[in-house]
Amino acid sequence: MLAPLSWLKEYVDIDVPAKELERLLFSVGFEVEELIELGKDISGVVVGEVKTCELIPDTHIHICSVDCGDKGTFQICCGADNVEVGGRYPVALVGATVYATAKDHVTIEGVMTIKKGKLRGVDSEGMLCSGVEIGVNEDMYEGGGYCGLLVLPKDAPLGADVKNIVGLDDYIFDIAITANRPDCQSIIGIAREVAAVLKKEFRMPALDYKTDGKPIDFNITVDAPDLCPRYIGHYVSDIEIGKSPAWMRRRLSMVGINSISNVVDITNYVLKEFGQPMHAFDLADLQNSEIVVRRANKGEKIVTLDEKEFELNENNLVICDGKRPVALAGIMGGLNSEIKDTTKDVIFEAAKFARDNVRKTSRALGQSSDSSSRFEKGVDEYSTQCGMARALHLICELGCGKVSPWHMEIAEKAEITPTQLKVSVEKMNGVLGIKVPDDEIVRHLCALGFEPKIDGDTLCVMVPPYREDIDGHVQDIAEEVIRSYGYDNIVPTFLESAKVTCGGLTAEQKTQNRVKKTLCSQGYYESMFYSFFSPKDLDMLRFAEDAKERKAIRIMNPISEDLSLMRTTLAPSMVNAAVRNLRRGNTAGRFFEIASIFEAESLPLTSYPREHKMLSISAFGDNETFFTFKGATESLAKEFGIKFSYEKGEKQYLHPGMTAKILCDGEEIGYMGRLAHDICDELAIEKPVFVAELDYEKLSPKFITNISYTPLPKFACEVRDLALVMDEAVTCHAVEDAILSACKFVTEVSLFDVYRSEQIGKGKKSMAFKLVFTPDDHEFTGEEIDGYVNRILKKLSYTMQIELR
Amino acid sequence: MMQEKIREIREEIEAKIDSFDSSRALYEFRKTFLDPKDGKISQLMKGMRDIPKEDRPAFGKIVNEIKEWAAARFDETDAKMKLIELDQKNKAEAVDVTMPAEMQNAGALHPDTLICNELIEIFAGMGFEVFEGAEIENDYYNFTALNTPKDHPARDMQDTFYVSEDFLLRTQTSAGQIHVMENKKPPIKILSPGKVFRSDDDATHSPMFSQMEGLVVDKGITLCDLKGMLDTFSKQIFGEDVVTRLRPSYFPFTEPSVEVDVSCFECGGKGCKLCKGTGWIEVLGAGVVNRHVLENCGIDPDEYSGFAFGMGVERIAMLKYGINNIKTLFESDVRFAKQFKS
Repeated sequence: MLAPLSWLKEYVDIDVPAKELERLLFSVGFEVEELIELGKDISGVVVGEVKTCELIPDTHIHICSVDCGDKGTFQICCGADNVEVGGRYPVALVGATVYATAKDHVTIEGVMTIKKGKLRGVDSEGMLCSGVEIGVNEDMYEGGGYCGLLVLPKDAPLGADVKNIVGLDDYIFDIAITANRPDCQSIIGIAREVAAVLKKEFRMPALDYKTDGKPIDFNITVDAPDLCPRYIGHYVSDIEIGKSPAWMRRRLSMVGINSISNVVDITNYVLKEFGQPMHAFDLADLQNSEIVVRRANKGEKIVTLDEKEFELNENNLVICDGKRPVALAGIMGGLNSEIKDTTKDVIFEAAKFARDNVRKTSRALGQSSDSSSRFEKGVDEYSTQCGMARALHLICELGCGKVSPWHMEIAEKAEITPTQLKVSVEKMNGVLGIKVPDDEIVRHLCALGFEPKIDGDTLCVMVPPYREDIDGHVQDIAEEVIRSYGYDNIVPTFLESAKVTCGGLTAEQKTQNRVKKTLCSQGYYESMFYSFFSPKDLDMLRFAEDAKERKAIRIMNPISEDLSLMRTTLAPSMVNAAVRNLRRGNTAGRFFEIASIFEAESLPLTSYPREHKMLSISAFGDNETFFTFKGATESLAKEFGIKFSYEKGEKQYLHPGMTAKILCDGEEIGYMGRLAHDICDELAIEKPVFVAELDYEKLSPKFITNISYTPLPKFACEVRDLALVMDEAVTCHAVEDAILSACKFVTEVSLFDVYRSEQIGKGKKSMAFKLVFTPDDHEFTGEEIDGYVNRILKKLSYTMQIELR
Repeated sequence: MMQEKIREIREEIEAKIDSFDSSRALYEFRKTFLDPKDGKISQLMKGMRDIPKEDRPAFGKIVNEIKEWAAARFDETDAKMKLIELDQKNKAEAVDVTMPAEMQNAGALHPDTLICNELIEIFAGMGFEVFEGAEIENDYYNFTALNTPKDHPARDMQDTFYVSEDFLLRTQTSAGQIHVMENKKPPIKILSPGKVFRSDDDATHSPMFSQMEGLVVDKGITLCDLKGMLDTFSKQIFGEDVVTRLRPSYFPFTEPSVEVDVSCFECGGKGCKLCKGTGWIEVLGAGVVNRHVLENCGIDPDEYSGFAFGMGVERIAMLKYGINNIKTLFESDVRFAKQFKS
């Protein structure tokens, strides 16, 4: 919201500097995002009168002698076509800063400092300036838009700073307005807050007008009161379209609105001043002498002022005459009834349209305006009346038409009056936790227009009609009081009246932290990826058309197609991260992520989807093998006292010879493997990439998190190594199982070598295991252990054709 | 004759004893003389029986002399050689101590996790439990129950991703508040961390980010309690010297609503680049829970009151660690990840 300081000053006596006002507004909840100082870039420009003016022969340049009062008289060369003796112009003295313009004399290219110079060999001490060069346009100051010199009034004092004369000694506050204060989307709304914070009087702009126009036979009907709770129409005759006065053009210009004509400018002025969007229809274009506010018919069309055509439906509210739509309610008028230079009679409209309907129509049609964005924030009903009265006052003030007695107001609730609200002072202080003195409560609420009275514990206020955010509770009042009284008065306390509670993480949350720490200890870094991914990610990893991963929940309004599906697997994010790292020259990395995947019962979603926690792990780089990668899952198994078994598995995007199903207690909990060569080729990556994905919700209940002690064995363990020859197809796991089941004293079996040679034979391999024998009730003798070893070897030979090497 | 043999042995030993390059070879050479069975000196003793009885003591004496001499001579040479050998071995084994260590480098947690853990630790100590809600929420829990009905302009404060008419990606962890309050009666002290989503994508906004939300509901909870708790929290996370400031703001689910600023921990409030010259850094939003929100959860607002606060985890991480682009948090670049060892 833009609010010029000079405009605010019309309603409040502001006697503090702009910077201080910025701080004060901030302290009551209005953050000034930018304090724009109008003449910030301009300095050293004064009023000067041209005393003599001679043309340098064969050029368009004049040598002028310029009187700048107490600053002196200077010889200045000037190329402008409107320089003349006796004229007063802005003079940029040597050392002054002004805008540098391009050859077109309009485009500002930067700020320049004026130096002593020579033009065609003639000394020049300064520069005579155009409006653009000192930062004013035609609306800001009459003549400011001309590409020659800016002509100043004859009575402008010589040598005076030109900024004060053309109104560059002004500030514009760009204020962030919170969503609960739509009333402050207006200059008077801000002015009320300024008055309150400065404890000054707020002066309401004049709303009176004289009805000397002619009556008319005209009718308004509102067919959709749910979308239009209040509609006011007023007839103005004898319109004389012309230019609006300089003060009005200047103010509109400062808040970013171009002047069009007096009648249109009045509607825009009221929009900014009162926050009330207005519209003016050319009466001559309204058929059947009536206005009907209704939902559009399906397929109905309208061409708006900016000559865009829209096809409408019953979700759009339109203002119609007797036959056709003449405006898109709250958004933009129709081209068919716009104000023209020839317009003689207008119907002014001030209405309240439902904000969500304006928003929906605006979004659906892709059409917006200052008016629609104002309606979306919420216009209060009180402003519709004020806005209309103000517009009619301005018609009279500008003398550009005659206000007719014909006025029609259609509203559900006729009266707009302040509502009375009674709250307990004690309860209000109870919200804050401090006791605000009664006189302070009264002082601050009074400044905000609440007409407070305190009687014992009862605080009685009148809620101003423009404060639709106050919905009648003690917290509303507490907020108004503390905002104004000051948050610095809040004394920190530490839950004095609250019960002691027992906080902390649940066991499950603690376990998850331990899982993360365990993986970190193995060199893995925690990742966090977006919860959504791309359909292309599923293609990349070749998920079949009917794969469950394809049944992803789709975001209806994604930022892009690449961020449009809720993840159904974490693997693509991991692969993408590896690819991204490799492309950036990071040759190795290890990552893991714990995050949810989303499984819908049916699409589109009608109930909460299942959010299922998964653990994904990846490793890439030349030093990674299937077995270094297996270290990640095995470290988890070791840390949490569980046992994983691995079976050769299949996954469409993994290497067929390097994929494993991971099982725990016989239940499949995930898979791991190397990214398939052909996918690596497609992604143009040369390093091996390993990926695992585990069902964290199946896994975590299996973790053994309580510590249970087993007494130490009384007798020393014995270790034997066995090198065994077997068929290639026999897995390590099978041999280990067979050994363990053959002898109960073997407490540990571990592979330490694999060897293949001609001597051993084709299709065979030798695997060497270390066996640990733990005795129970006596020390083992060598013979005893030999006996156990023999028993094991016999079993291996008999059941699996495995022989001692 | 005997004297002759002894002289030969002595000369043979002297001739070669210093020519060996290892103590092992020296030992072999020594054995040719002193091996108890086959050594040349041991053999001499065997000649004793051919010596007349009366000459035997003298003979024995001579042989013993040469034996002792040889043993001493070999021991002395061996000791010297062992010293040399040890020196050589040490030299051969010497390492460049400046070469890199061999070890398993540990990984690290994500910066968001580090911040969340730190926050959880602080608030757990104050009696807060941790509740993690769902990422896909119902419109009611994300908005309506939080005093933001369908036509409310506050809905425009956040651009929402919808997945169906009624379901959306939660825009705020506050959605979890409602689930907690529906199922738990006061006293409530809940911290709820989680991912939230808004349709925003530029250098300072990410469509997904993390929030940490806190909620306290009990009898007689006031704005002063909120200030007290946030003071304590700010000091713990940003440093003892940090002070907090409340200023008015607006959230539909709290009233009064405040923005909470901390004094700049970089410059101490004098004004610097981090605080953009203001001396203050905005860290979170908070307020007294709006009575409509309590009512919506079946908690009597005339009996109980509460406060809530919420902060952006990435914002805290970026402030604390000096991360300049929010996007880097979701890219898992190795060079980024390695900087968050803790």
